[in-house]
Amino acid sequence: MAIIIDQSKRVLVQGITGREGQARTKLMRDYGTNVVAGCTPGKGGGEVEGVPVLDTVAEAIQAVGHVDISVVFVPGPRVETAATEAIEAGVKLLVLVPDRVPLWDTMRIAAAAREHGAAFVGPNTLGVLSPGRAVVGMIGGRAESAQQWFNEPIPRQTVGVVSRSGGMTSSLGYYLSRAGVGLSTLVHVGGDSVVGLPIPDVAEMFQHDPETDAIVLFGEIGGTQEERLAELIRSGRVTKPVIAYIGGAAATEGTRFSHAGAIIEHGRGTHAAKVQALRDAGAAVVDDFGLLPQTTLDILANRSAPAARSSSAR
Amino acid sequence: MARLHEYQSKALLAQHGVAVPEGGPASSAAEAAQLAARLGGPVAVKAQAWVTNRAATGGVQFAQNPRQAEARASEILQMRFGNFAVSEVLVERMLDIHHELFVSVTIDDAAQAPVVLLDLHGGSGIESRAESVQRLPVDTRRGVDAQALRAVLGTSAIDAGLHDDVVSAIEAVVDIARRYDARSLEINPLAITSDGNVVAADCRMTIDDYAVFRHPELPIEIARELDHPATQLERIAYQVEQADHRGTFYFAQLPTDDVEGSRGLIGFHGAGGGGSMMSMDAVTSVGFTLANFCDTSGNPSAAKVYRAARIILAQRGLVGYFGSGSGVASQEQYHSAYGLAKAFWEINLSIPAVVRLGGNGEDRAVDILHGVCRDADSISAPVEGYKKDDTPAFIAQRFAQLVDEAAGRAWTPQPRRVPAFVDRTYHFPIHHGTVWIDHEHCDPATTTFVVEHSGGLLTQRSSLPVLAVSEQTVAGMDSELVALEVECRLARRPVVFVDLPIEGLDTDGSV
Repeated sequence: MAIIIDQSKRVLVQGITGREGQARTKLMRDYGTNVVAGCTPGKGGGEVEGVPVLDTVAEAIQAVGHVDISVVFVPGPRVETAATEAIEAGVKLLVLVPDRVPLWDTMRIAAAAREHGAAFVGPNTLGVLSPGRAVVGMIGGRAESAQQWFNEPIPRQTVGVVSRSGGMTSSLGYYLSRAGVGLSTLVHVGGDSVVGLPIPDVAEMFQHDPETDAIVLFGEIGGTQEERLAELIRSGRVTKPVIAYIGGAAATEGTRFSHAGAIIEHGRGTHAAKVQALRDAGAAVVDDFGLLPQTTLDILANRSAPAARSSSAR
Repeated sequence: MARLHEYQSKALLAQHGVAVPEGGPASSAAEAAQLAARLGGPVAVKAQAWVTNRAATGGVQFAQNPRQAEARASEILQMRFGNFAVSEVLVERMLDIHHELFVSVTIDDAAQAPVVLLDLHGGSGIESRAESVQRLPVDTRRGVDAQALRAVLGTSAIDAGLHDDVVSAIEAVVDIARRYDARSLEINPLAITSDGNVVAADCRMTIDDYAVFRHPELPIEIARELDHPATQLERIAYQVEQADHRGTFYFAQLPTDDVEGSRGLIGFHGAGGGGSMMSMDAVTSVGFTLANFCDTSGNPSAAKVYRAARIILAQRGLVGYFGSGSGVASQEQYHSAYGLAKAFWEINLSIPAVVRLGGNGEDRAVDILHGVCRDADSISAPVEGYKKDDTPAFIAQRFAQLVDEAAGRAWTPQPRRVPAFVDRTYHFPIHHGTVWIDHEHCDPATTTFVVEHSGGLLTQRSSLPVLAVSEQTVAGMDSELVALEVECRLARRPVVFVDLPIEGLDTDGSV
């Protein structure tokens, strides 16, 4: 199993004829993703990478049948229109790759998604990748890199990765793989303040995924996602071990550190508060990013040794 | 800056039906006196600065007459709050306040929606009364629930006859937040005056950086959340970003006044928001202080990386240049390597640089960087490139070692080296720059080399390299052309120069 994406999912690409859309369609297909159609308003009729292109999401669904996921590659200011179109056409899961999506647009997308029972990853996400199965978005850059970098699941030795940084999603996947850890799914939730599928939601999905033995997190200053994960651990809704690194120890208040979501405002979302909340809940938080792989291995070893089960990280 | 001053946000409130005290901004004491005279009677003189403790630290004062207003304004205009020097005051008619409410529209990331925070007792010290603050959800289309609002007001001591006015004011505030893509809009206090008016006595508003483009009517110079007014270098960097949207380019200067016990100030060049923060933490933990924080990521062009490096190195007093991102970049890393190699060569870098270029194309990227920077007649500084298997902690240690070996040599920004053939040889324009090819030194072998490494952009005519495509086609090919320039330098055939001036840095002197 994996979460969110595997080779059985039927994927639509919105903005498929654009520079990013074309390049990423190739990556996704090369890696094994079942891309069934693409759309760009006014460009319907042709093909990109052997994928039929339609004008609208509704037409695409009519032409090729059911679509599980739509991955969106249009400029940030146009994401709301594209996402709303897909939601209204009945697509239940969206992956919003672009950055620079205005905050109120994201909140309107969230409202539309709630109304229609849909969900979305992003915006400003590198996407989701389940090693050996499929990818939506652009994690890995090239299919052959993604194949080399990320281990497939290994029994009793498999983690799910969730991150607020795209680059660190790949980075975590690579370092964990090199250390011999298997990966169920890598999820970049997106770098913005408001994201559709935040860390706590992804953690719950990993909790219910039988293949995932533990959860590895790259968190950042700003917002409340890490604190809310700590709450889930505390309340017993996430019981699998959580191993985390939180970026931004050296960040100062009031300045945004690149990611729209990475800003300490009114004393909230500090590095210290996040580390404390997670540690208090029982998660293993490392201070040096380089220690994550070994810490993960140790915790997995503890957990799979039957005698040590009761004294594991919880 | 995506924050508005009090007087600027109050102008928006007034424009959209929320009453504000009569008054206006003044940038000199004399102007403040004139305003006070026009208003008549007692006035408030308020520093226009983005701080929370303004009243407690003397940034808000009261004056009975124009002469006093002038004195107060003169005092306040000499104040500093943290990194902010006060350059304007707001002079307003004093209100006779009977009751104060706290009203704020903010973003609830958990609910993925705006929320109204309402406290029936406003005024300073609101941060310490978090428990009594009511949270009212906002629907992005329908606004705040007026029924819920009335229910909360029903529990207050506010005259029931005024509830309608309070509800209207709060509804208008929510509408203004939506209309202007506010990240936060706080009215503290929303005052009920003795004569029964509902007036926004103070206002703090920030606009979502990503929506600033929709609001040319707002007085926002640069769309950035910073803890200080934008510096000259930040303005220069912002212009570079605005001119080229390929990939992220984020630049901020950080406080450098507290370097007691630090190993020194460094230029910091990250790649990717999270990787940058992680790398910043790694290099800070070995004792350095960041003079600036820069992030180029999302497949930036070589020209953008080049300009970022030049802007980072426009700051005086740096002891080194530290570059590191996530370490396992999805993007091809050699574009960045070409950009850095060009920048380091042009300014003749003399402080140590350590750059982690891990990810796709990392071998080629490190070869390029080492090739250019280790050439004996190139630059004097040690420049080391690293790959994905080198941890941030390791390269931070290595960086510290190189800085120690350089024994405290500090950087003085250098004007860029421009080859002698520029301005007097074959050239063609590209976006925000010019490409020069030194035809005089193009022997047949060099011409062949240049054409072969141009990716089809150049061709041979009369044994000289010339443009093979239209000027329109070549205009956006700066990455390919920067690569060509660097490859020529590596091959010891330095006949190509891509002139990429930076507005404000190269065009009118240094910073």
